[in-house]
Order: sequence, then C-alpha cells, then structure tokens
Amino acid sequence: MDIANLKAKAKATRRLIIEMLAEAGSGHPGGSLSCVEIITCLYFHIMRHRPEEPDWPDRDRFILSKGHSCPTLYSALALSGYFDLSHLKTLRKLGSILQGHPDMLTTPGIEVSTGSLGQGFSIAGGMALSARIDKKPSRIYVLLGDGEMQEGQVWEAAMSAAHYRLSNLTAFLDYNRLQIDGRVEDIMAVEPVRLKWESFGWDVAEIDGHNILEIIDACEKAKSSSKPSMIIANTIKGKGVSFMEGKVEWHGVAPTKEEAEKALLEIEI
Amino acid sequence: MDKIATRDAYGKALLELGRINKDIVVLDADTSASTRTGWFAKEFPERFFNFGIAEANMMGYAAGLSLSGKIPFVSSFAVFGALRTYEVIRTSVCWSNLNVKIVLTHAGISVGEDGPSHQSVEDIGALRVLPNMTIIVPADGIETRKAIFAAVEHKGPVYIRLGRAKFPLLTEADFKIGKARIIEDGKDVTIIACGLMVFEALKAREDLLKEGINVRVVNMPTIKPIDREMLIACAEETKGIVTAEEHSIIGGLGSAVSECLSEYKPTLIKKIGLKDTFGISGTPEELLKKFEIDSDSIKKAVYSMLNGKP
Repeated sequence: MDIANLKAKAKATRRLIIEMLAEAGSGHPGGSLSCVEIITCLYFHIMRHRPEEPDWPDRDRFILSKGHSCPTLYSALALSGYFDLSHLKTLRKLGSILQGHPDMLTTPGIEVSTGSLGQGFSIAGGMALSARIDKKPSRIYVLLGDGEMQEGQVWEAAMSAAHYRLSNLTAFLDYNRLQIDGRVEDIMAVEPVRLKWESFGWDVAEIDGHNILEIIDACEKAKSSSKPSMIIANTIKGKGVSFMEGKVEWHGVAPTKEEAEKALLEIEI
Repeated sequence: MDKIATRDAYGKALLELGRINKDIVVLDADTSASTRTGWFAKEFPERFFNFGIAEANMMGYAAGLSLSGKIPFVSSFAVFGALRTYEVIRTSVCWSNLNVKIVLTHAGISVGEDGPSHQSVEDIGALRVLPNMTIIVPADGIETRKAIFAAVEHKGPVYIRLGRAKFPLLTEADFKIGKARIIEDGKDVTIIACGLMVFEALKAREDLLKEGINVRVVNMPTIKPIDREMLIACAEETKGIVTAEEHSIIGGLGSAVSECLSEYKPTLIKKIGLKDTFGISGTPEELLKKFEIDSDSIKKAVYSMLNGKP
C-alpha cells in the first residue's frame, strides 16, 4: 500500500474541488471536502474497477447517495482516467458532462444518478442483491451523509439490507455533524448513531474519516463480515481549508476567486 | 361471458415469464397474496423479494437490480406503489430511464369496500407527467398478459394498472404499446375507454343501438404514449368524443385525449371519471353508479353531445 500516493491523491482532489467550485460559482464545498479521503481510498486502493472499461460486469460499484458531494467523485473519476481533467472546469455549466448532481447518463463512471437524499442507499442495496443472486464477486460501496439519515427511506433500506444479509454491501457515513440549516443535533438529532445501525442488524465500525489507514482497514474487515457493514467516518466539514472547517455556512456556497486562492495556498502546505 | 381479474392474469403471466427469462425478478411490499406475485414467489423463491410495508425502498431496490441487468417487476396496490413511491419513481427510475416494470393492482374505486385510502384515482395523472414513463391500463385478462409480455420487450419504465374485480374477457386482437383499437365501429360519437370502462362502454353502445344511436367504441390501453393517429381519426369521423376511465377526470385518459386533440384537431370532448373527488366505501357496482362512471353515465354524455349540449 502506497500511503504517500494516496495522500497526494487526496491533496490533488482537494485542489480540484476548490478550483472547480470557484469556476462553477455554485456547489457544495463543505461536504465535498469532508469525504475526500473516503473516496480517494475507494477509487485508488480498495475498489476493483476499470476506467478503460466502465461497464466491466464484475467491477465493484460506488454510489454517492449524498449526491451533492459530487465534486469529490468527479475529481476521483477524472484522476482515475474515466474522462479528461479538463471537464472539471465545466462543472454545472450548460452542456457539461458534469451536472450539478451525479447523472449516470452524462458522466462516464457514474453508476447511478443521485441527488435526492436517501434514494441512492436503496439502489445500492438493489445492486448488492443482484450481485448476490448472480454470485458475482462485486462489492457495493455507498456513501451517506449524516443529515441524510433523517430520511425514512434510509431506515427502510437499512432494514432490508440486514434482512437479506447483504454482506457485499459496505456503507460509509460521512459524519461531519453539519447540515444546511445548522448542526445535525439541533435540526433533527440522529444519535445514538452506532446503536441505531447495530440494532438494525449491521456490523458497525467507527473510524477517523480522514485517516487513510483506518479507512482501508475498516473496508478489509467488512469483507469478512456476514452482515452489511456501516463504517461511521468521523469527519470535519470543509476539511483542509481552515476558514471552511466546521462552518455550516460552507455547506452550499462556492468560494470566490480570492477565497479559492487562499484555500489553494493552504492545501499546498 | 368469461370473467377473470386482471391481477390473476398478471400472476399467471409472471409464472410463464419466470420460466423462460432468468432475468425476471419480482418485488412486493406485503401484498403478494393480493397482487398474485405470490404465485411467482412459490415457484421461484430465489427471485422473489418481499420488502415488507416499505414501498419507496422497494422501488429503489428495483432501480438497483435493473442497473445490474435484472428486469424487476414491482408490485403493490396502486395507491401505495404509485404515490407513496412517487419521487423514487421520478428520480431513481425515470430520470435514468431504468428498466423497471411497475405493475400495481387494486386501482380505481372498484376496489370497493376498503374506501378512499385504498382507492387510487390519481395514479395515472401522477405518473403520466414523468418523462420516459409508459402507462398501460389493460381492459381484461387477455390484454393484461399481452401487456406484461410487451413490457419485458420494451426498454425503460412501464406502469401497468390493474384492478381487483373480475373483468369480462373482451379483447382478442394483437396488443402493441401505443396503439388503440376500434372494438365496435360507429359514426355518431366515439367512446374512448380503458380498463374496466371498456366493458361499460360496450354496454352503453348496445343500449344506444336500440335507440338508433350508433357509437364507436375505442379501447385505448396505452395512456402514454397516446395514439394520436387514432384520436385524430375519431375526431374527424365522428361527432365528438366521450372518454371513460376509472380515474379522476384530471390527469388521466380524458386529459391525455383532450391535450392531444386541442392541439391537433379541436373536438368536443366529455369526460367520464371521478369529478375531482375521493371515493367512499361500497360495492364496486354501487360506486360506479354513485360516481357516475357506469354505462348509464356514458349514455347521458352521448345524448348531451348529440343534442349539442356540453
């Protein structure tokens, strides 16, 4: 395992996120920056996938259920070679292959269109069920937001994944503790998170979501579980840019050119 | 006249399909005994999945299964399967044109005694506005079987709307998505119907014939895409159109016909259906009469049209 390379990829991803959001003039920096290490580890170490053959039937699959964090996914796909890096500057613009939320019909490498919270999680379950019916080796990875846990559909999906013992399903919770209107615990408390997932029949791990070794280790352990696995990743919203970290204001506002320059200097260090 | 419930025809068609197509999987939400998907479950337990009383999640699982090459049939009662799940159908299924087949039973007020919570009279209107969606309302068991097979051949989301009651067997000709058919020809007025109302339209025609009025009856099982050619022909060849459906007059067959003809061949149209209201408990026969969606009401609409009174 090349930790230095994964760290470099994470840093490159953070730069690309800031650059593309500044260029787009809108989008979601906070939750994009909080899941950088998770998505980096998945695309550059954990998942079996072929950028030159996106439809490879036996591939592992990643579903970004918190679709608004797509700048992170778009960066990982571009850095993997699914499409040229030059597309990142077209994010959210008319005619771009990079829509404001993930669209499987326009972007190579996007497994399913998301953006309406809660829905991607059920779809991931369907994919895991299909792989199991066909005895495929594919593992299905899905990333949820903490605010997303407030959607009832998430718990319907959680129940059914446990009921059908979808051990090939690994979920991450990007637990950055903030949502658009404020702190998750003030808007609609989701704690006790670990107990909730355990009681719904999932194997639960709790990690530092910015620690590459912990992410990889948790994914490896999930492979040998007989249940679906939830990895609660404690993260910092806006991670890597001091003036964005832990600030709810940065949920859905793009940086200006000046703010972006300031942010890029910090990421470089 | 032989009678069969369209849901029974669905259950049998699924069994046939399950034997010849290994990609068929069936999902239900604790209604498998009523929707008849339970018959498939018994023969193919490894390809049947019960999701309990959680329709939205079931629809999302269907989307995921279709993305891996399965052909999921999703079933429940129409009111839950089309409306509780609505945004999932929109965003998870229709947006990406996924190959999910939604077959819902107990549609309309002929579900009867269960009352308004279970009487879906808005589902066609709700689903018709979704891009990529195809909507079929079969008139009987024969047409149901053909529609189910046609849905498998069609790539993309399809909604097939079935009833609880036993329908008389009326149709014989080939079924093709998007094509309507003249069942009985006539020159005075055209009655365009779908589902159970095709039978009511034929009853009305028989009575009207005795009075010297000769109406055309068109079976229009595909509500979307609508058969524009047939509509224009009926508008040109007869004196007006009466639509008949077991659905609200807002959003369903009547609306689809009106939208099309107002643009291509403005014509006087009278709509038989629920008049912007919820149903109540009662027997199917009582309810069709009370809400004026029976053959008598169709006849009255024809009279008023011939007398020029809208």
